[in-house]
Amino acid sequence: MSGDFLQIDGLAKDFGGSGWFRRSAPVAAVADVTLGVPRGQTLGIVGESGSGKSTLLRMALRLIRPSQGSIRLDGQDIWALSGPRLKAFRRQVQPIFQNPASSFNPRQSIGQILTAPLEVHGIGTRAERREKARDLLARVGLPVDAFDRHPHQLSGGQKQRVAIARAVILQPQVVLADEPTSALDVSVQAQVLELFDATRRELGLTAVFVSHNLAVIRQVSDRVAVMRHGRVVEYGPADQVFADPQHDYTRTLLAAVPDHRKMMRPAREPGGPE
Amino acid sequence: MTAPAPPDRRSHDRPGVLPTLDIADLTIEFSRRRVWTPVVRGVSLRVMPGEIVGIIGESGSGKTLSSLAALRLLPRQARIAGGRIRLKDIDILAQTETGMRKLRGDRMALIPQDAMQALNPTMRVGLQVGEPISLHKGGPLKATLRAAARLLETVHIRGPDRGIRAFPHEFSGGMQQRAMIAMGLALAPDLLIADEPTTALDVTVQAQVLRLLREIRDEKGTSVLFITHDLGVVAELCDWVYVMKDGEIVEEGSVRRIFADPRQPYTRMLLAATPSIHAPLRPRGAA
Repeated sequence: MSGDFLQIDGLAKDFGGSGWFRRSAPVAAVADVTLGVPRGQTLGIVGESGSGKSTLLRMALRLIRPSQGSIRLDGQDIWALSGPRLKAFRRQVQPIFQNPASSFNPRQSIGQILTAPLEVHGIGTRAERREKARDLLARVGLPVDAFDRHPHQLSGGQKQRVAIARAVILQPQVVLADEPTSALDVSVQAQVLELFDATRRELGLTAVFVSHNLAVIRQVSDRVAVMRHGRVVEYGPADQVFADPQHDYTRTLLAAVPDHRKMMRPAREPGGPE
Repeated sequence: MTAPAPPDRRSHDRPGVLPTLDIADLTIEFSRRRVWTPVVRGVSLRVMPGEIVGIIGESGSGKTLSSLAALRLLPRQARIAGGRIRLKDIDILAQTETGMRKLRGDRMALIPQDAMQALNPTMRVGLQVGEPISLHKGGPLKATLRAAARLLETVHIRGPDRGIRAFPHEFSGGMQQRAMIAMGLALAPDLLIADEPTTALDVTVQAQVLRLLREIRDEKGTSVLFITHDLGVVAELCDWVYVMKDGEIVEEGSVRRIFADPRQPYTRMLLAATPSIHAPLRPRGAA
């Protein structure tokens, strides 16, 4: 199993195993996960709380060291990287988190937040960086004056737009998103998902999208992995997993989703209003 | 011309039957820098006996404030500036604070969103679930705890005798929420006000809690006012729905009608914006 642009093989993470007063049994947060994402595609990872989906993503971001297994980006083991190659990896792979209120420095302006990655990687002059940030703000649908505002002056949806802008400002190849729309109202979520998808397509990004929301995962993913208790119980093309789930747990999950479409009349015109 | 809309009959309406909750023309104001601004305007809604009514809206729509007003539990910066609230034949706005304290728990109960936060971490579950009984009725501790165990059984907590001795942190999220529901049921109130009670739960656990609420309504005839931002939950659970936006009710109707034939642009927008596991997908770009 190799060859996909982002390739995860036999990945595992144990937590615990030691305590202050006594040894506790280690807990397997992620166990034996093998997944691949072809270039330009989106892998959706869905699971309930404690399923290990965020831990998996954090390992792929090189934030948590795996206990076992490997993550390869374009054939290179990301945990074997160092020096300039590690720096290149940090540029190629960008995160988007659930709560932008806590992933932004509240004392920085949006302009500072957006230009920081460019500065860290020594790209452009100060004027060029500001120019690029302004340009990107417009591209994610924010007013130019957002540049001088601070995170608390923006709404949740606007902050997630900034998060997307920050994630793509270095022209990365991979975006890893952890519940990026879970804190948003549905109308705002729809807009942010739209932006995510448009950006992904435009830049040809490879993406991993983690969410507990099956309907959101269905909408954004090419491939889907369903996780439970640290393991992948089902993995396949999105339409197949949703139309014809093979594993009992996937069926249970799908059956538990309250869904309003069952009660709606089929739309009269294709696509419906808007 | 389009075909006539399907009839929007409210199945719980019966001649001569008083609503359990009847809110008329309610206005709530919020104080910002000592200026009172209306944030809920002219809201009228009712909940009939044995009916599950949903209020759906996005953040800031006033859905939580409107329901807290029924319990007279508004935050300090908010005040009721007009309107009428009746619980059966009781005028809620004419009650003294002592009167309200008797009504809360006894005639109506609140099930909050975050059960973990609502439960006292230092107190055993049995004492908390039985607390409404000991506060309102008194009686020996043993009888209260027995009642608490029966309540835990009603909400399908396995091993209720062990459950009453447990501390909240020993319960899972779903069990904590069920314990809150048990507490709400302690005095067999006419009305349960549930404010996003399943928002923090996993879908499989949410499904269990929704089933439990329906079962309580079916078996005890309790009315439920259910506040949520989730259209799917409304479709699954409610009989009648009010759609709120910016402090006003923009549309009301039977669940069937609202989903089959939404009339307001805002309701249609909500329906279109909510992702679904059944909706046809637009083709995605790139290969």
